Amino acid sequence: MDNILSWITVNQQIIYIVILMIFVGIEVIGRVPSVLHTPLMSGANAIHGVVIIGAIIVMGKAESDNYLALVLGFIAVIVGTLNVVGGFVVTDRMLEMFKKKKK
Amino acid sequence: MELNILTLCYLIGSVTFILGLKMLSNPATARKGNLIAAAGMIIAILGTIFLYEEHGQKLGNYGWIFGGIAIGTVIGFLSAKKVKMTAMPEMVSMFNGMGGACAMLISIVEFNHLVHAYPASELPVGTVLIILLGLIIGSVSFAGSMIAWGKLNGKVKDFSFTGQHIFNIILLLVIVGLAVYLVGWPSDNANIIFYAILALSLLYGVFFVFPIGGADMPVVISLLNSFTGVAAACGGFLYDNKVMLTGGILVGAAGTLLTMLMCKAMNRSLTNVLIGSFGGGSKAGPAGDKEQGSYKEISLSDTAVVMSYASRVYIVPGYGLAVAQAQHACHELEKLLEAKGVDVKYAIHPVAGRMPGHMNVLLAEADVSYEKLLEMEQANDEFPNTDVVLILGANDVVNPAAKTDPSSPIYGMPILDVELAKNVVVNKRSMKPGYAGIENDLFFQPKTSMLFGDAKKVLQDLIAEIKNL
Repeated sequence: MDNILSWITVNQQIIYIVILMIFVGIEVIGRVPSVLHTPLMSGANAIHGVVIIGAIIVMGKAESDNYLALVLGFIAVIVGTLNVVGGFVVTDRMLEMFKKKKK
Repeated sequence: MELNILTLCYLIGSVTFILGLKMLSNPATARKGNLIAAAGMIIAILGTIFLYEEHGQKLGNYGWIFGGIAIGTVIGFLSAKKVKMTAMPEMVSMFNGMGGACAMLISIVEFNHLVHAYPASELPVGTVLIILLGLIIGSVSFAGSMIAWGKLNGKVKDFSFTGQHIFNIILLLVIVGLAVYLVGWPSDNANIIFYAILALSLLYGVFFVFPIGGADMPVVISLLNSFTGVAAACGGFLYDNKVMLTGGILVGAAGTLLTMLMCKAMNRSLTNVLIGSFGGGSKAGPAGDKEQGSYKEISLSDTAVVMSYASRVYIVPGYGLAVAQAQHACHELEKLLEAKGVDVKYAIHPVAGRMPGHMNVLLAEADVSYEKLLEMEQANDEFPNTDVVLILGANDVVNPAAKTDPSSPIYGMPILDVELAKNVVVNKRSMKPGYAGIENDLFFQPKTSMLFGDAKKVLQDLIAEIKNL
């Protein structure tokens, strides 16, 4: 019990962020008209590509003789970039079409 | 100083993500919102590469990092630019899987660091737990997205066996059990157990999506999308990295809500989807054996006449429209009829096509105006005053069995009540049942006429006929 309580105290900042972000995520999406669902899903998909930062950290601190970290980190950077770049470009293409007919 | 700038970079990143999602919720600002989020992402990535330090040590291996980013950028950019609008859903699923794979790989490397740095009995419990969470969620998301991708482009067929639900639940329990064991009773076997968890999670991802078909695919992609968000947030926990944490949780929460909205649209519970029961085990049953009577066909010229002299026409688009790439022809027909004084609108079912909003994106590509797309409730109110409903390659979303036949697998799903209209013209390639594999009584009703053929070809011929009138 003490363990759990002290864990909460130590990590309270993160716990606050998680809880507040859950509400923000729900609020933000709650007003989306259903016609924008696909672009929104695609945009959210691009945003979770932020996981690439983890991949960069893994790659950047891999020792030069740790082949597992080097190889897996390298693949992780590639697939993470795919997620980010592909996600944003696809979303932009979808939204481009929405914009055109706005005139 | 540099670390403070990095903190600022991450702060900017987090704010742009929230702002971007918010702006994505309005058609007028959506595109800008996407670009803003992308800009924030670039700032966060560059900041990490050049400013990040751990124990006073900067990152190295720049060659590998930039090499990986360059390869990913080229492949991602080209495939996103080249993909056809109809293939958009599977592309999103694919990119989502890549994010899951990234989280999975991070967990593998970090766990490896950990077992080398600590003796088995002193593994830090919290860190191991976070790594395992990232591993399990990331690999389920990766494997599931790949299967969803394969299914959407027809490379993977539906597959299920009796007792699959129980198999899935047991698999999940075993994964959780192993994870608890690894965290609670760390031993020298930690490595073996870790890789067992990885393998089982991948397997679970595959079996999780395998039996699900038809109308559930959008829900699954959305759910996997939020999974990947949570996996990314685990990375944020691991590195105490606020931008990963905020971005990941934001997507996890938003994705979960979107998933639940979709489940609600189909009147099914999330658990029901999670266990993967739709389209699997329960085959359509006796619905096909029922007395169906006969259907009647209508000629192109008759359709042209009926539509030209109607005062209100509704078009119900479905996957058939997407497959045939008929959106431009559809818009042309709409303009032609409008010029003749016919009121033309589109009735969009929330799960028409293979993704929520799939039809909206397609029609937007063809410049169909935003105001002409009616959501299901609005459209259902209008159908009684409608002369002709033209169904283009939609099937399950207009199947009255969802209302009348409790034994039907889609029973309870809200549908477009097209039968309230005076005439229904159904364009299909053949009498084959739709994606859910069930017969549609609508086609045999006296009001309904069938117009067989590829949607694009039929629409082009129809346009020519109307012009000749």
